[in-house]
Amino acid sequence: MAYSDKVIDHYSNPKNVGTLDKASKSVGTGLVGAPECGDVMRLQIQVDDATGIITDAKFKTFGCGSAIASSSLATEWLKGKSVDEAVKIDNMDLVEELNLPPVKIHCSVLAEDAIKSAINDYRKKNGLEELVFEERIH
Amino acid sequence: MLKLPIYLDHNATTPMDPRVLEAMIPYFTENFGNAASRNHSFGWHAEEAVDYAREQVAKLIGADPKEIIFTSGATEGDNLAIKGVYEMYASKGNHIITCTTEHKAVLDTCKHLEKLGAEVTYLEVQPDGLVDLKVLEAAMRPTTILVAIMYANNEIGVVQPVKEIAAIAKKHGALFFTDGVQAVGKIPVDVIADGIDIMAFTAHKMYGPKGVGALYVRRKNPRVKVTAQMDGGGHERGMRSGTLNVPGIVGFGKACEIARTDMAEDTARISKLRDKLEAALSQIDESYVNGNPAHRLPHVSNISFKYVEGEGLMMGFNKDIALSSGSACTSASLEPSYVLKALGLGDDLAHSSLRFGLGRYTTEEQIDFTIKAVTDTVLKLREMSPLWEMFKEGVDIDAIQWAHH
Repeated sequence: MAYSDKVIDHYSNPKNVGTLDKASKSVGTGLVGAPECGDVMRLQIQVDDATGIITDAKFKTFGCGSAIASSSLATEWLKGKSVDEAVKIDNMDLVEELNLPPVKIHCSVLAEDAIKSAINDYRKKNGLEELVFEERIH
Repeated sequence: MLKLPIYLDHNATTPMDPRVLEAMIPYFTENFGNAASRNHSFGWHAEEAVDYAREQVAKLIGADPKEIIFTSGATEGDNLAIKGVYEMYASKGNHIITCTTEHKAVLDTCKHLEKLGAEVTYLEVQPDGLVDLKVLEAAMRPTTILVAIMYANNEIGVVQPVKEIAAIAKKHGALFFTDGVQAVGKIPVDVIADGIDIMAFTAHKMYGPKGVGALYVRRKNPRVKVTAQMDGGGHERGMRSGTLNVPGIVGFGKACEIARTDMAEDTARISKLRDKLEAALSQIDESYVNGNPAHRLPHVSNISFKYVEGEGLMMGFNKDIALSSGSACTSASLEPSYVLKALGLGDDLAHSSLRFGLGRYTTEEQIDFTIKAVTDTVLKLREMSPLWEMFKEGVDIDAIQWAHH
């Protein structure tokens, strides 16, 4: 299967690979996927408590090129957004931007799940109610 | 100068040897006759060429030329052998024994026969990929008509104890069929010494053309028959109708002749390169060679690089190196290789595997390039892998409740 140039670019030069301090109250961590499925994504956000703006985002991904690209792009999009804006990132935006073929849509779904999971982790740590997201079929 | 891309997927198919192509060319244009045309010279020429090729093919496996049935390839051979035996020997029984790491052409044929009333035992293999002979012996029944176990596996290259399997089948009055696709032309295969009753193999895995293969069907001790699966002109001793693919067969014959004469030299050279590749890649932390190392084809190596995913790994070099992964992320299903899972490998290791298949034209320079490219990519992806980080921190990854999707 041929990958799009954007996927190849993110794979070759991934943005924001790394680890934030998951014990910190201002960091939200989302770990989604499963090794058996061949995809595990960990996405972290650093939130400015005063403004609610995501000041940093990092990822590490075990998976195919599309999974790596989806998480790399997600971290790029997250930086500078408020948490409330970040919740609205839709997997189809990632699909469109990266030109993912149908068999790779699950990679973008996983990235969206990772964002939501990171946000909920942050909310939980800060005494906020966790957001409930619609169950979706992957 | 190293020419890219490098082809290391010789278990999928091989390039054609130029000597094979040269032998075939006249049979497309000048000598185009139908080998079944008995009444003119065009037919005679074609028949003569087919007879000669039949001898070349037979000689490679120690068979009599009359025991070679030309087919379109090994999938047809597997189907013809298993379905043909099931029909021909229906009065003797309906039980077939095979194993879980067989090629789909064998497994799916068996599943098809189950719907028609066959009883099939799918033997599990040991963690090294080999069939346990005691388990095979215990599975034999008075109604067992066929034992179908491949000679060598296409994904991990392990070579089954064919002689011993054949002896067990014979002792219990069952026939022994083997899918010899990966073994014939690569390692010495002798149908007499090995005790094989039926064997399917194909030209394009041994530097011959695609679309032509053969089924060896034993003629004495015992005389084996298979029921034809296509009706027609009764070619190939009535077992396989259809106009013979004369140029393909000529090429197949030539490929077999070259395999026979060059095997020792090819094997010595290729296995040395394979060992070099394997030794170098085994230096990477948490890399595992799959399959029994002592009973293996000389040109294959299947290695799992834990904590990186196979398809992601291949993406790091697949514009330069062509090889195959046990991860099925490319297909619609997310299931990793059933062969690796049958060895008892966890899904994580099965997803993390690469199959290196070396060949006649593989050079040391290509192997050196591959070692570097694979090593660099594994290390780079591990820096990106959350599982690698957890492993390094001593987190038990198996104890985590993963959300399956």
